[in-house]
Amino acid sequence: MAQEISTPMSLVSLNSLQGSEGVSAPNKSYDPVGVASLEAEAVDAMVEAALSDIAAAGDLDVLKSVRLAHTGDKSPLALANREIGALPPAAKAEVGKRMGAARGRVREALEQRQVVLEQERDARVLIEESVDVTVPTDRSPQGARHPLSTLMERMADVFIAMGYGVAEGPEAEAEWFNFDSLNIAPDHPARSMQDTFFVGGESSGVVMRTQTSPIQMRALLERDLPVYVVAPGRVYRTDELDATHTPVFHQIEGLAVDEGITMAHLKGTLDHLAASMFGEGVRTRLRPSYFPFTEPSAELDLECFVCRGASVGDPSRPCRTCGSEGWIEWGGCGMVNPRVLRAAGIDTDRYSGFAFGMGVERTLMFRHGVTDMRDMVEGDVRFTRGFGLEV
Amino acid sequence: MRVSLEWIREWVDLPPDVTARDVAERLIAAGLEVESVETLGEGFNGTLLVGHVREIEELTGFKKPIRWCQVDVGSAGSGVRGIICGASNFAVGDRVAVALPGTILPGDFQIAARETYGHVSDGMICSERELGLGEDHAGIIVLDAGDVGDDAAALLGVGDEVLDIAVTPDRGYALSVRGVAREVATAFGFPFVDQAMELAELPAPGEAAPPWECSVADPSVADLFTLRRIIGFDPKAATPAWMSRRLISAGMRPVSLAVDVTNYVMLEYGQPLHAFDGGTLHGAVRADRAGDDRKLTTLDHVERTLDPTDIVIRDDSGPIGLAGTMGGLATEITDDSTDIVLEAAHFDPIAVARTVRRHRLPSEASRRFERGVDRVIAPYASARAAQLLLEHGGGEYVGMTAWESPYSPTVIEMSVDLPARTAGMDISEELVVQRLGEVGCDVDIDAGLAKVTVPPWRSDLTDPADLVEEVIRLGGYDAVPSVLPAAPSGFGLTRDQRLRKRVALALAGSGVAEILSYPFIGAEELDALQIPADDDRRSAPLLVNPLRDEQPMLRTTLLPGLLAALRRSVARGSHDMALSEIGRVFFRRPGQQPAGSDNPPRPPVEVRPTAAQIAELEALLPDQPRHLAAVFTGLRERSGWWGSGVAYDWADAIQAARSVASVVGVDLIVEQGQDAPFHPGRTAALKIGDRVIGYAGELHPRVIAAMSVPERTVAFELDLDALLAHSVDAVPAPHVGTQPMAKEDLAVIVDESIPAELIAATLREGGGDLLESVRLFDIYAGPQVPQGSRSLAFALRMRAPDRTLSAEEIAGVRDGALHLATERHGAVLRGA
Repeated sequence: MAQEISTPMSLVSLNSLQGSEGVSAPNKSYDPVGVASLEAEAVDAMVEAALSDIAAAGDLDVLKSVRLAHTGDKSPLALANREIGALPPAAKAEVGKRMGAARGRVREALEQRQVVLEQERDARVLIEESVDVTVPTDRSPQGARHPLSTLMERMADVFIAMGYGVAEGPEAEAEWFNFDSLNIAPDHPARSMQDTFFVGGESSGVVMRTQTSPIQMRALLERDLPVYVVAPGRVYRTDELDATHTPVFHQIEGLAVDEGITMAHLKGTLDHLAASMFGEGVRTRLRPSYFPFTEPSAELDLECFVCRGASVGDPSRPCRTCGSEGWIEWGGCGMVNPRVLRAAGIDTDRYSGFAFGMGVERTLMFRHGVTDMRDMVEGDVRFTRGFGLEV
Repeated sequence: MRVSLEWIREWVDLPPDVTARDVAERLIAAGLEVESVETLGEGFNGTLLVGHVREIEELTGFKKPIRWCQVDVGSAGSGVRGIICGASNFAVGDRVAVALPGTILPGDFQIAARETYGHVSDGMICSERELGLGEDHAGIIVLDAGDVGDDAAALLGVGDEVLDIAVTPDRGYALSVRGVAREVATAFGFPFVDQAMELAELPAPGEAAPPWECSVADPSVADLFTLRRIIGFDPKAATPAWMSRRLISAGMRPVSLAVDVTNYVMLEYGQPLHAFDGGTLHGAVRADRAGDDRKLTTLDHVERTLDPTDIVIRDDSGPIGLAGTMGGLATEITDDSTDIVLEAAHFDPIAVARTVRRHRLPSEASRRFERGVDRVIAPYASARAAQLLLEHGGGEYVGMTAWESPYSPTVIEMSVDLPARTAGMDISEELVVQRLGEVGCDVDIDAGLAKVTVPPWRSDLTDPADLVEEVIRLGGYDAVPSVLPAAPSGFGLTRDQRLRKRVALALAGSGVAEILSYPFIGAEELDALQIPADDDRRSAPLLVNPLRDEQPMLRTTLLPGLLAALRRSVARGSHDMALSEIGRVFFRRPGQQPAGSDNPPRPPVEVRPTAAQIAELEALLPDQPRHLAAVFTGLRERSGWWGSGVAYDWADAIQAARSVASVVGVDLIVEQGQDAPFHPGRTAALKIGDRVIGYAGELHPRVIAAMSVPERTVAFELDLDALLAHSVDAVPAPHVGTQPMAKEDLAVIVDESIPAELIAATLREGGGDLLESVRLFDIYAGPQVPQGSRSLAFALRMRAPDRTLSAEEIAGVRDGALHLATERHGAVLRGA
């Protein structure tokens, strides 16, 4: 809203009153000469007129005119001030004091009014500058990490905090590392459990690693004991892609080899991981099973972190996460088979170890409710963006 | 392995209130993975009787064949009933299972007498699937046993509870009722009586014919081989109902008495058996390798080409069966076989496994041999089978022949405290002995050392650790305490790991979405990317068994996967995006053949391999560096209420690569470059020193067309490992000058072929130490400058560390910069 600039009415009267009179000549004769404009009443009238105009100034532009009119060189007070020289010396002090006070009052009023009007203007202008903050602000597309990457990092972080290192190995791997050294002999039935991608030729000795376990052997060969490592990585099996299978997926593997490592340590470590990832008190359960590279071996179940078992046998509270089983199959684990330790040249009388591994896709599926494996592998930008930088 | 609770009860004296679910729970805790517990015919309620088919009338005029049958179900079922039936796999005289009206079949399907096809159908003749016994719906059940009016539900095992157990490769013994029953007895703490070791009583061998001669021609094929012979067997003899019922509950179909008995004993004892028709055999039956014999037609009517190392059973006519896997067609038991020769043997597990793998022919028998069959059970199993055959099929037993190599049981020495030390809890010596005893071991303890003699059915027990598992699992893994070990202090992520994370986060923070694509590509994709024939990216390692024939290579570039994901996202309606991937690419190393090594090293696994052996293994592998790539399409800044959008262009691709490098402290050198799949005029070579580590820019229009991605899609790809290798260890702090800064603009006219960055670098060099920065802010080409040249305008910022620069110094810097540009590149001051 534009402000009209108006001339204060009182100025007109002041000008007409004194405008043409001019300035009195200096009082050289020291005669007591009366100067009408310096009379107390006249000065008060000038101040009152100024104060009135100041109070009436509705905006900063008007106030600017008022300031000029009442404090400028041509203002009644300024003109009157000049008349002081015409007064006899004896009168000068008193009149000078009066004029100073008068001009001070006007200045002060101006300043006060200025502050008030500036505040009013600021408030008005900022309101005028209001915008609708609900309009779209996403000018640039959002970036994100793939949730599998973030999840692997998050799981690894739990172990890094415990002092573990992160171990890695090649994805195209020597069969010796992927099978032989892990107590999976060439004709072992376990080799037919896993359908393997062979690289080059069927007897070239190179496969796409079927598990992250070859990293165990590499870690044991490369590092000094004790070894505490976690190994996230990509693995390959010749499954066709469907809602629950993918030929390329991710595992995270853990390995601890030290003096006096026991199954109790394995359980404690897995319980700690479960609590870190799924909430305080969420436990794990081990069931005897078979893996060539561990002995004893176990399947690893996770207590359902949603129902914590409350859905078991209670049809009124079905749990979709665990299928009302109370436990979720999570991975495999066991005590490192001494044969594996021997293949790495480790004294099995002195050292023992545990190892465990779980599928990262599977973890993402039940932890985040991903229902179709294909979402994780197709690279649809919407899937990644849905996760941001944390899982 | 499917086994019914009813069968288990015959071996273990379980209290009547123990349910199959109870058994399953205990078995799971003991390490047998019970996948399901099902009740056969669950939901069945009513009357199912054995009926005798008296008459069949084929009804015509309907869309499918329909029969109007008269079935006698005995007096309890009110005699003969008229029943409509849609199946036609039965004949007059057959016995069938009839559900009477009022009966509810699984699936809550109630039978009622109702009119259909012009008759009142007074009951239903049932199929396996209708009764919930199996999936077979091809026809109705024709019973081999039972009398008219008998309870067919009991005969068929309706209501039996069946445990389905997934047996891990180490527990071959659990592929038998005997093995499962032992685990059940142990789990419940009941004594276990091994009925299998009570040799079935057979009549003294008759003199009517000799037993059949056998031998083992190659001792690596079998260490125990036996034949028992029965003559005068009734080939028409029916399988007893109880046996049929157990076979069905185990998921097998009754076939004929001779075959059913071999299957039944295999299920019960875990010993595969094979029955030959003695009338078709020629001479002694031998276990051997195939050798020069090339052909064998197996029971499944497939003619197989044999490998010389395949293990076979042969007689004088040649191979008559794949040993331990599948019998031959020529010697199989038929409806006329009266001379039964029963083979029970212990074949070498590895030899069986190899033969099975070569012929892709897994069978119930091979599954057991591969996992280990009881070394001594063969004669006991064949005695049991012979007993059943004689009992139900008659005939005369004429004796057994056998070939056996010496057997001594495995003895393992183990410290008695090893189970406790492994578990991390107290396990007493007495408990160790007790548990191993439950497994079937004999234990002698001398001064803390246990000498453990392993039973012949546990070939999986070879090491002390195996015994440890038995001891701990039988106490339940739940008993093991939970103790968090204290790992030594670590160093966190390695530098490369940390930097990769930084790079990934930085890209995500700048609006790029990470994907993870399959690393499989094909020549077509490389063609589409216009990768030249002699390019490194063509030396991809090949997969022997790719999932898709058109993608047999491991990727040498991340771009095909990214572009496929981009194309998919666009097709699904996303138009503005940046996608990235960090992943390994694979290159054959110099000298590596596409087929790989034909004789790869296989270091022993009993000792640590030498450094040289490890190096040999590494040399087999392709080079597999990590790359980082990204593709960008559509709008970098959308259009909206703020105005029109800004499209991603080549500069964004270059800048993204530069940003990534700067995140890890590397200043990439950007030069004009040319490389597929990029636009020849819009490609930046990204260099560190003299080494090109990647390219960035706009994709070649033909690549864009071939890959079906949006026009002007831009990309970069770089060798991330190489980039990280050049990252500085400790970034030096920048000097922050506090003296006043002086600015000067400088426009020079240079030949248009000279890259702007070269001029900028020259100005930097010529300006000297006082020149803080040089930044190009304008480019002009047109009538105001000579043809073939352009004007480049730079903003120069100057600062001294200790003083305000004088006018003379400022002019000096400017002149120095200009002078060098003039000297090196013929730069002319614009407007001079």
